[in-house]
Amino acid sequence: MKSHKVRQLTAASIAVLVAGLSLAGCSSGPTSAGSSGASGNTITLWTHNAGNPAELAADQKIVTAFNASQSKYKVNVQAFPQASYNQSVVAAAAAGKLPCVLDIDGPTVPDWAWAKYLAPLDLGSSIANQLPSTVGKWNNKVYAVGYYDVALAMFARKSVLKDADIRIPTVTNPWTGTEFNAALAALKKTGKWAAPLDLGTSGTGEWWTYAYSPMLQSFGGDLINRTDYQSADGALNGPAAVNWATWMRGLVTQGIIAQKSGADANADLINNKTAIEYSGSWAAAPLSKALGSDLAVIPAVNFGAGPKIGGGSWEWGMTNSCGNKAAATAYLKFSLQPQYQTGVAVAAGTIPADQSPASLKLDPSYAPGGTNEIFAQMSSKFAELRPPTPAYPFISTTFTTAAQNILAGADPKSTLDQAVQSINANIKTNNGYK
Amino acid sequence: MATTTTTSARAQSTAVGKRPRAPRHFLATVAKTVLALVFVLPIIFMFISSLKPDSQIFADLGSLKAFLPVGHISFANYTDVFSRVPILQFLMNSVGISAVTVILGLLVNSLAAFALSRMRIRGKRIILTLIIATLIVPFETLALPLVWWVNQLPWLQINGFDLTFTHGWLDTYRVQIIPFIANAFSVYLFHQYFDSIPKELDEAARMDGAGWFTIYRKILMPLSGPAIATVAILTFLPAWNSYLWPIMVIQSENLRPVMVGVEYFYQLNVAWGQIMAYTSMITLPILVLFIAFQRSFVNSIASTGVKG
Repeated sequence: MKSHKVRQLTAASIAVLVAGLSLAGCSSGPTSAGSSGASGNTITLWTHNAGNPAELAADQKIVTAFNASQSKYKVNVQAFPQASYNQSVVAAAAAGKLPCVLDIDGPTVPDWAWAKYLAPLDLGSSIANQLPSTVGKWNNKVYAVGYYDVALAMFARKSVLKDADIRIPTVTNPWTGTEFNAALAALKKTGKWAAPLDLGTSGTGEWWTYAYSPMLQSFGGDLINRTDYQSADGALNGPAAVNWATWMRGLVTQGIIAQKSGADANADLINNKTAIEYSGSWAAAPLSKALGSDLAVIPAVNFGAGPKIGGGSWEWGMTNSCGNKAAATAYLKFSLQPQYQTGVAVAAGTIPADQSPASLKLDPSYAPGGTNEIFAQMSSKFAELRPPTPAYPFISTTFTTAAQNILAGADPKSTLDQAVQSINANIKTNNGYK
Repeated sequence: MATTTTTSARAQSTAVGKRPRAPRHFLATVAKTVLALVFVLPIIFMFISSLKPDSQIFADLGSLKAFLPVGHISFANYTDVFSRVPILQFLMNSVGISAVTVILGLLVNSLAAFALSRMRIRGKRIILTLIIATLIVPFETLALPLVWWVNQLPWLQINGFDLTFTHGWLDTYRVQIIPFIANAFSVYLFHQYFDSIPKELDEAARMDGAGWFTIYRKILMPLSGPAIATVAILTFLPAWNSYLWPIMVIQSENLRPVMVGVEYFYQLNVAWGQIMAYTSMITLPILVLFIAFQRSFVNSIASTGVKG
C-alpha cells in the first residue's frame, strides 16, 4: 500500500516537473533567442577593468557623459577582472548572453570576429586619427578600436650603464644585436647580478608571445607567413627563427637571464637584483617614481630586421548578437571623441591612440618633448601587429610552449619544426579559418 | 636470588628497550615540526607580507625577515583592498552560498544514500556504481556544457501573487548553489556510513510503527555525526574556494564570491601586498572555523576514513 503511494507521489512529481519544463520552454525569458545585451534602448557594456579603479572610472565617465548627452539610449557597465575576462566572454557566448559592447585584447579580435562574437563596425571618420595598431581589423573590416596602445621597452639605471661603459641608446639610434650582447656580457662580468637581464620569463599567458615574438621578427622570422596566413613553415622554423631561439637559450646558459625570472620585475630592478628589465610603458611610472632621473628607457634592439615591438592593446567592439546595434554604434562613436579616449589613456598611463593635436594637448607627456614621448615614438615606428588571423590564439599558445621548451634546453630547430607542424595542422583542421 | 636476577634483567631490558625509543621520539617530533612548518610558514608569510609595501616584500624574500614583522609595517594594504574590491559583499556572498550548499547538500545526499542503503530498489548497486563513476569526470570538462544547460533551465518567479516562468539561471545566486548540492562523493560517504549501522535498529523502529522518513531522521542521522561533519567540510571547502564556475556564470559584481576577487589585483603592475592582505582576510574566517571545530573535524575524518 505504502509503495503504491510512493509510486503515485513520484509520478505526480515527475508530471509537475515536466509541465514546468514545458511551460518554461514556451515562455519567453528576459532575452529573445539570437539577440542579447539589450533591453529596448538600454544596452550592456563589459570591460576587463574590475580591480583597476582609475581606468574603470574613466570608462564610467564616458558612459555617464553618453547617457547624459541624449535621452534615447542608456548604457550599463559591468566590470570583470582582467585575468579571467576571456573565460567570462567565451562562457557568455556559449550561453548566448553576450553584452552589446565589450572590450577585447587586440590580438583576439580576428578570432572573435571569425567566431561571429563581433560585428563589423562602421565608425566613419571617428577613427581617422587613431594609431594603426589600435584599430582591430580582419578581412579588411574594422571590428574594434582602442583608446590607447602600450609599448615594450627596457629599463635600467643610467648610472649602472655608465659605470659599465655602455651607451644609452635612443629611438633613432637603438642598440644593434651585437651591441646588446656586448652590453649584457659587460654587466655579467661585473659579477654584481646573478642574472643581469630580466626578460620577464616568469610571465604567463599572452606575455610570452607579446614580449618575445617581436625579437623573433627583429631576427627576421615571424609567427606565420603573412601573405595568406595559411602556414608557419619557413617563418617560425627558418634560419632566422632558429638563430633567435639559439640566442634565447644562450642567454640562459650564459647566466644572462634566469630561466624563470622573479615574480615582480619592477621590484627586482628597484632593489638592484637585476640591471636591465624588459617590460613595457606601464612600468615607466612606478620605476620613474622609484629611480627618478637615473631611469633610462631603452628602445627595442635591432637584431637585423629592424627594432620591433608588439602592437595592439585593449580595444572596443560591438557583438554580433547585440539586440540594439544602433545604440552600440552611437555609444562607440561618442566615446571616440578626443577628450574621452585620451581621458582613458591618461587614467591607464598608456599611449593615447588618438594622435591628433587636440588629443596630445590633453596628455602633453606623449607630445614632442614630453617625458613619455619615447613610447609614442616606438609605438608609431616599431610596432608590429601580432598576426591578425583567427588562428592567433592557437599560434600564441603553441609559440609559448615552444619558447618555454627552448629556454629549458630543448633543441631549437626540432622544437620550432614541431610548433610549425601543430600550427599548420590547426589551420588545416579549421579550413584555413576562412 | 632468582627473583632479583629476573627483576634486574627486566629492568635492564626495559632500559635497553627505552633507549632507542628516545631518539625515535625525538626524530618523530623533528619530522612533525618540519611538516607543520611546511604548512604554517606560507600562512605566516601571507599575514606578515600583508603588512609590508611591495618593494619590501621582495627585498625580504631571501632572508628570515620575510616571516618577521620588520621594516615599514602598516595597514595600508588593507585600506587599499577596501577601496579596490567590495570585499564585504564578496565575503557575505561566499558565506551564504557555502552555507546553503552545505545544508542542502547534507539533506539531499544523505536522503539519496539512505534510499540506496536501506530501501529495496531494483538495480541499486548499478545506480550507486553509476553515481560513483561520475567522480572520474573532471569538472573542467563539464563546465562549458553546464553553462549552456543552466541557461536553458526554468525558474518560477514569484512577485506577490504573480507567478511567472523565466528561463536561464545565469547571474544569480541559485546557479552558484543548486548544481553543487548533489555530490557523488557525499552520497558514497553517507552510503558507506549508513551500511555500517546495524539494520536491526531499523527493524526495531519499524516494529514501533516508524516510517522510512522517521527511521532516516530519528535513527540513522543522529548516529551519523562523523559522516555529517565530514560531508559538511568536504562540501564547504570547494564552495568557499569556487573560482572557475562563478567566472563563467556571474556577470554582476554584487553576486561574486571571494575567490574571484583575487583576480582584481592581477593588473599589469601586480599589487602583491594587497593580494596578501586580501587573501589574509578571506582565509581568516576559514582558519577561525577550523580552530574552533578542530577536534570534531579530526575525529570525523578519522572515523570516516577520509584522508587528504
